[in-house]
Amino acid sequence: MPKGDVPQMTPAFHTRGLTKVYGEGAAAVHALRGVNLEIPEGEIVVLLGPSGSGKSTLLNILGGLDSATGGTAWFRDMELTAMSDTELTRFRRDHVGFVFQFYNLMPSLTAFENVELVTEIAQNPLSAQEALELVDLHERVDHFPAQLSGGEQQRVAIARAVAKQPTVLFCDEPTGALDSTTGRSVLKVLKEVNDKLGTTVLIITHAAATAAMAHRVINFADGNIRDVVVNETRLDPEEIHW
Amino acid sequence: MSPLDRKLLRDLWRMKGQAVAIGLVIAVGTMLLIMMDGLVNMLDETRQAYYQRYRLADVFAPVARAPERLLDDLAHLPGVAAAEGRVVGDALIDVEGADLPVRARAVSLPATGAPRLNDIHLSQGRLLNSEQPDEVLVLESFARAHGLVPGDTISATMNGSRRTFMIVGLAQSPEFLYTTAPGELLPDDARFAVLWLNRAAMAAAYDMKGAFNEALLSIGRGADEKAVLKAVDRLLEAYGGLGAYSLADQFSNRFVSTEIEELGNTSRSVPPLFLGVAAFLLFIVITRMVQAEREQIGLLKAFGYSGAEVSLHYFKFVLVIAIGGAILGSLAGIVAGRAFAVFYQHFFKFPFLVFRLDPGTFVIGFLVSIASASAGGLLVLRRVFSLTPAVAMRPPAPPDYSRTVQFGRVMRRLLDQPSRMVLRRIMRQPVRMIGAVVGIAAGMALSVATSALMVAFTQMLDVTFTVIDRSDAAVAFVAPMSDRTVHELRRMEGVIAAEPFRIVPVVLRNGLNSYRGSINGFVEEPVLNRALDKDARPIFMRKDGIILSEPLADILEVSAGEVITVEVREGRRPVLQIPVVEIAQSLLGSPTYMEIGALNRALREPGRISGAFLRVDAAFRKEVYRKLKDMPAVAGISEKEVTRESLVRQVNTGAGATRYVMAAIAAIITFGIIYNSARIAFAERARDLASLRVIGFSKGEAAYILLGELALVTLVALPIGAGLGYYLSFALSAAYSTDLYQVPAVFAPQSYGSAMVAVLSAAVVSGLLVKRELDRMELVSALKTRE
Ligand SMILES: Nc1ncnc2c1ncn2[C@@H]1O[C@H](COP(=O)(O)OP(=O)(O)OP(=O)(O)O)[C@@H](O)[C@H]1O
Ligand SMILES: [Mg+2]
Repeated sequence: MPKGDVPQMTPAFHTRGLTKVYGEGAAAVHALRGVNLEIPEGEIVVLLGPSGSGKSTLLNILGGLDSATGGTAWFRDMELTAMSDTELTRFRRDHVGFVFQFYNLMPSLTAFENVELVTEIAQNPLSAQEALELVDLHERVDHFPAQLSGGEQQRVAIARAVAKQPTVLFCDEPTGALDSTTGRSVLKVLKEVNDKLGTTVLIITHAAATAAMAHRVINFADGNIRDVVVNETRLDPEEIHW
Repeated sequence: MSPLDRKLLRDLWRMKGQAVAIGLVIAVGTMLLIMMDGLVNMLDETRQAYYQRYRLADVFAPVARAPERLLDDLAHLPGVAAAEGRVVGDALIDVEGADLPVRARAVSLPATGAPRLNDIHLSQGRLLNSEQPDEVLVLESFARAHGLVPGDTISATMNGSRRTFMIVGLAQSPEFLYTTAPGELLPDDARFAVLWLNRAAMAAAYDMKGAFNEALLSIGRGADEKAVLKAVDRLLEAYGGLGAYSLADQFSNRFVSTEIEELGNTSRSVPPLFLGVAAFLLFIVITRMVQAEREQIGLLKAFGYSGAEVSLHYFKFVLVIAIGGAILGSLAGIVAGRAFAVFYQHFFKFPFLVFRLDPGTFVIGFLVSIASASAGGLLVLRRVFSLTPAVAMRPPAPPDYSRTVQFGRVMRRLLDQPSRMVLRRIMRQPVRMIGAVVGIAAGMALSVATSALMVAFTQMLDVTFTVIDRSDAAVAFVAPMSDRTVHELRRMEGVIAAEPFRIVPVVLRNGLNSYRGSINGFVEEPVLNRALDKDARPIFMRKDGIILSEPLADILEVSAGEVITVEVREGRRPVLQIPVVEIAQSLLGSPTYMEIGALNRALREPGRISGAFLRVDAAFRKEVYRKLKDMPAVAGISEKEVTRESLVRQVNTGAGATRYVMAAIAAIITFGIIYNSARIAFAERARDLASLRVIGFSKGEAAYILLGELALVTLVALPIGAGLGYYLSFALSAAYSTDLYQVPAVFAPQSYGSAMVAVLSAAVVSGLLVKRELDRMELVSALKTRE
């Protein structure tokens, strides 16, 4: 679906009464308790909230990785909660990039090959080389994950996520394990992707300062949205400190 | 190359030890499959080509004496394509250096041209000159065994008179691939000769001028063989026909055919074993791989790889190993098949070999190997499909040990921490542990069964030559003699005991089943050569009926109490109805027994014997044999020791020889399974063990946790494997029993002992290999990677 055809008002994602329950009976965990949410196209959205509040769960469902227990979730005019496994696979393949909390690189592939893993099946990807340059990784591209530092691994993970030029980019604590300098360069990449490609970016973070670079900040607590703040002015990643 | 394929290659490289081990198991299975099929096909085709090229007859009709002109009548019988008459006779040959005269078959060749049927293959020297009555061609294998070459002379006694012949050539014949003297069970090149003489010379020697005493017939395509046999018998009746029989009943052919068939049978049971083991190993390896790469599978799915694409990736891993093994196995199978064919060419005495690769068996063997080996992998792919991509998002969850036992305080005092870890792990993953136990138990079972098979072969020889046959030699007469001869034998100096026997050639029939063999008439309570029941107790001969050996009872489908038809092929040739009174165990051949007096009464030839079993004082042996040799009535003497050697040679070179291959295979499989189990346990625990080492456990303690598990699994597997092996040994004994000899199913304690030693040593060696790897493990990299 070409971007130009979508009216400005249609959000990239919206949900109605989205719930997720893990387990059953007394041991049941209500990770999401009827979430209503709208994420406009082309924005950077930061998701804040205490540990265990359900942020990752929400992201998993929006990214088509997991199924909801109740309610509906939409990507543009497609109902994610009604999609079959094959359709979800298609959706992830065509639209979504992921950066995981635990870098999750394939240990038996080099940095370069890890990026290729995605460019291989994407429709309109950057070259693996370009993607790695975007995250400032030049020399160590032929190293295996076990030979890279945590920050380097995370940058490979980001290169891998942006290489397909995704419509939406989901990042679960992309800077969690990084020092602030490295973290800033990661955020810079995310902003660049948003600026240049118009990619909708959803970032989960515990570093509240990150919220300053977002168009919109969603505060999460106990399986639901507490409030949504729309930033009038945004800071450049360079100016963020934590 | 796509990054996933590169991952595939690296995974293969990382697990190369296991991949190669499994690939080799598949290769051996495929090799045997293709080799055996190819070999059996090649031998069978060679046999048929040989028969065809040298026009081997379809029907053999021995007759007392039939005039030459009868051949025309035979040739014109419906269904008969060609007929040939010849003169055959028994002879005794003196061979330098041999104590005993050698029995021989003399066969006539036509004066001009090749015989219409049963042609010969001249392998050395020249054909007979029809003008020279004292020229002779000798069966090549016999000549080889005695170092005879063209130019040598040989003296033979024919029909009572002794003559000297000049050997002009050596020959082979499809009719005499296997040769044995009448009444003997085992072929022995050195102890039976075939001589070809000019027809005129034969006619003179056996008093057959203008006559023949054996008709050979070939029958047309689609003709009714049974009808031809009947018509021939009717035609020859008046001339003393001894009963026509078909090629299927011809001794040499029966032997060669069963031997080839047996080769196929025993070998066909082995390849599935290998492929099954390979499938099992691949199943374990892939299960483990999928388990360990859960996050990676989730990740790939999160990126938009479909379940099918990810599954294909893992399936390719299986396929590469399976195809690699199958290709290697196929090539090895072709090479080995040819090598073996050459070996068996000599064994079967084929003058040439038809090399032919049947693409059908080749392709089927190849595909069957791949399909069966990868079946194990397919089972696992379901799991790949069902994994949700969300697992990639979660941190690796520590394995859940909450549901294993909480050790009580007593246990806690008895078991140290490492022991508790071993026990917990075994209890937490019972399915995987059962898999390992089953694998090792299978190895144990195989070892027990093959080791029992070895014992069974030894026992077969022992029972046959010490319990059943307790004589030193058997003497056979040219024609049935009066039973007074036994007294003469007993009176000879050096003869300790003599026991008469009567052997009568017969055809046994029960309904549609028939068997060409002979009835052994023994004294009522035999001492020197006995029959045994299935508990190996000697049984007495019966006057009221015949005793059938078990394999024969199976062929005829009769049991004790039923009556069978006995067509006697000697003397008056009566057709008798005789009840079967007992079934005896038999290890050698398929004999039939009856009390000698009763047998003679049934034949209406009282007081006749065909020969006697002798117990001879070792000091007089040579002398006794020499005296016997000079008696004109004696057709031959078979020494037990020589017979025993023939049997040993037979079981060690024929189809029985594959038991050694079987044993080697069992050893390889057992070691393969155990080593694989140890490797897998190590790979699964590398991370945990590294963590333990980091927090201060010693190398020894880490090894204890790993090897303790292997030891426990092995100990549990031993008794289970012993039980399975008991049953498997029955199957193996049955598979190795042939028309010629039966391999008893034995319960041999020593085979359990040696199997246990084999399994335990495999476990110790595997443990040491894995321990070495554990000691070399780099802690940091083991912790950093998830694998
Ligand atoms: N597979 C699961 N089974 C059971 N409960 C789960 C599972 N995954 C998550 N939960 C529970 O659901 C709740 C929400 O989890 P979630 O991972 O979404 O939290 P989060 O906000 O991402 O926390 P964090 O900031 O620590 O990553 C938690 O209470 C968690 O324990
Ligand atoms: Mg989370």
